[in-house]
Amino acid sequence: MTEPTIYELSSPGRRGVRYPDSDVPQAPLPTDFIRKDLPMPELSELDVVRHFTNLSKLNYSIDGGFYPLGSCTMKYNPKVNEQTARLPGLAFTHPLQPVETVQGDLALMFELQEWLKEISGFASMTLQPAAGAQGEFVGVMIIRAYHLSRHDTKRKKILIPDSAHGTNPATSAMAGFDVVGVPSDARGNVDLEELKKVCDDQVAGLMLTNPNTLGLFDENVLEVIKIVHEAGGLIYGDGANMNALLGIARPGDLGIDVMHFNLHKTFSTPHGGGGPGSGPVGVAKHLADFLPAPIVDIIEEGDEDTPPLYGFVTPSKTIGRVKSFYGHFGMLVRTYTYIAMHGPDGMRKIAENAVLNANYLLSLVRDKYHLAYDRICMHEFVVEGHWGDAPEVHALDISKRLMDYNFHPPTNYFPLIVPEALMIEPTETETKQTIEAFANALNKIADEAHSDPQLLKDAPHNTPIGRLDEVRAAKELVLCCWMPEQNA
Amino acid sequence: MNIPENLKFAQSDEWVKLEGNIATIGISDFAQEQLSDIVYVEITVASGDKVKKNSLVATMESVKAAADVNSPVSGTITEINDDLANAPETVNSDPFGKAWLVKLEVDDPSELDALMDASAYQSYCSNRSH
Repeated sequence: MTEPTIYELSSPGRRGVRYPDSDVPQAPLPTDFIRKDLPMPELSELDVVRHFTNLSKLNYSIDGGFYPLGSCTMKYNPKVNEQTARLPGLAFTHPLQPVETVQGDLALMFELQEWLKEISGFASMTLQPAAGAQGEFVGVMIIRAYHLSRHDTKRKKILIPDSAHGTNPATSAMAGFDVVGVPSDARGNVDLEELKKVCDDQVAGLMLTNPNTLGLFDENVLEVIKIVHEAGGLIYGDGANMNALLGIARPGDLGIDVMHFNLHKTFSTPHGGGGPGSGPVGVAKHLADFLPAPIVDIIEEGDEDTPPLYGFVTPSKTIGRVKSFYGHFGMLVRTYTYIAMHGPDGMRKIAENAVLNANYLLSLVRDKYHLAYDRICMHEFVVEGHWGDAPEVHALDISKRLMDYNFHPPTNYFPLIVPEALMIEPTETETKQTIEAFANALNKIADEAHSDPQLLKDAPHNTPIGRLDEVRAAKELVLCCWMPEQNA
Repeated sequence: MNIPENLKFAQSDEWVKLEGNIATIGISDFAQEQLSDIVYVEITVASGDKVKKNSLVATMESVKAAADVNSPVSGTITEINDDLANAPETVNSDPFGKAWLVKLEVDDPSELDALMDASAYQSYCSNRSH
């Protein structure tokens, strides 16, 4: 049962709002600007409320159920974050206000920069990037600016391990670099011998996801960093998997030069439609001058009686502004709340429990699912959604069947180095019971794959809409659900 | 799995057929099966282009993933298969036949010696599937 579109619910003349009579003289519009028809849906307020409430019930969300989407860190978003972000003193400030009148906002941003620096081991931080992908772009542009500032113009390559996030090669290409892949070794680490072969004076840097997309901590991380640094390249750290490291290892201490955070992953701000995202970027000292402008800093030191005066500064060799105003401030408030609430010991516990939960879940399903790299995992793990004795069943079928058990599917078909990959990340916020229920569903599906594979091929059966035709959806792009005939 | 005897194969799953000094290139049955339903094929070279061994000649997208197709040999492109743009599913249905991607005049036929023959490729594929 699906909900009709709002146009289908429309009834001519129905109104939800009545405008008061105009109390200003009418000003005629130029006639060519006036459309004959304005096909807007006409509904009562109750029609609209019911329509969107019904649509929201068809949606799946972290507030409604378990969401083990690997690499996305779909942890619970605490409601207290929403309360603080709505505090009038924070919610109703405007980015064009004089800085003297928004000292509270700036103090929060400054303190958050300091906390993120402490968590990551970096010297400087920008809060501007609008999401993780933009954070990556900023980081790679900083790497580029660094080499150019040294008149080192031959560095045109960025190395990308095959266990990196898919955004890494996209970012490098968008920043104008040639992407060179580096394979993994048999334990799922960056293959050091292969890395040495491609490291030369044309390498601008390497983008390292650690833990990588296999959910494994790269055991050679220090060696990888050393090899790239010795070739004159820099190391970009993809902070998307930071949830596994909080309070345990600091990327800056490992020798990583620049890294983005995903506040909407690690620090519990909402994802996607509930977002927006936020991707602060931290850099080591030698890159601090290249950060995007402006950055919040203390302009005048305070004393016992007077708080410091906060303002904006522009790093001397800045790559420029990358976002209007100062980033997604509402996300910064939520992150500040989350970090303040947990404190340093809590940060470490988050990572410990994320890793513990992933390993517990792995232990419950590993008898039935082939594990590509047999190691203790970090915050997530990758199994193969495929069996030699049930050849017609693929990872996608398992995922669709999970929906019948009321679970969101895990990430499918990534990383590409694992055939039929199912990438599963439970996060620290799930209970033992939820993890066990999910494991039971996965194991039951593994049995069904052998006893009744068609059940999986036809899934989902219990959702408002059944199996979608993904091939047709990819080939016949229709980006508008309904085009009014008048304007077609 | 279908593996024709007269072809040579690269580790990245492209096949090459050499006739005279003209090599025809495509992707293997194993590769199309791994990619699943292919929805988009873009040949990134044109007739007359010089390509080096392992350089990009096409990109493909399936409902699962995007993949680069590289030429296993160096040479000059003589022909490209225009039909695939409008019928990408041909790669699934006939990977070794109608879904050839490009033809090129090879610089050095001995480059093919480094590639796998059908039986070596067969075992290479079975080692990768469970």
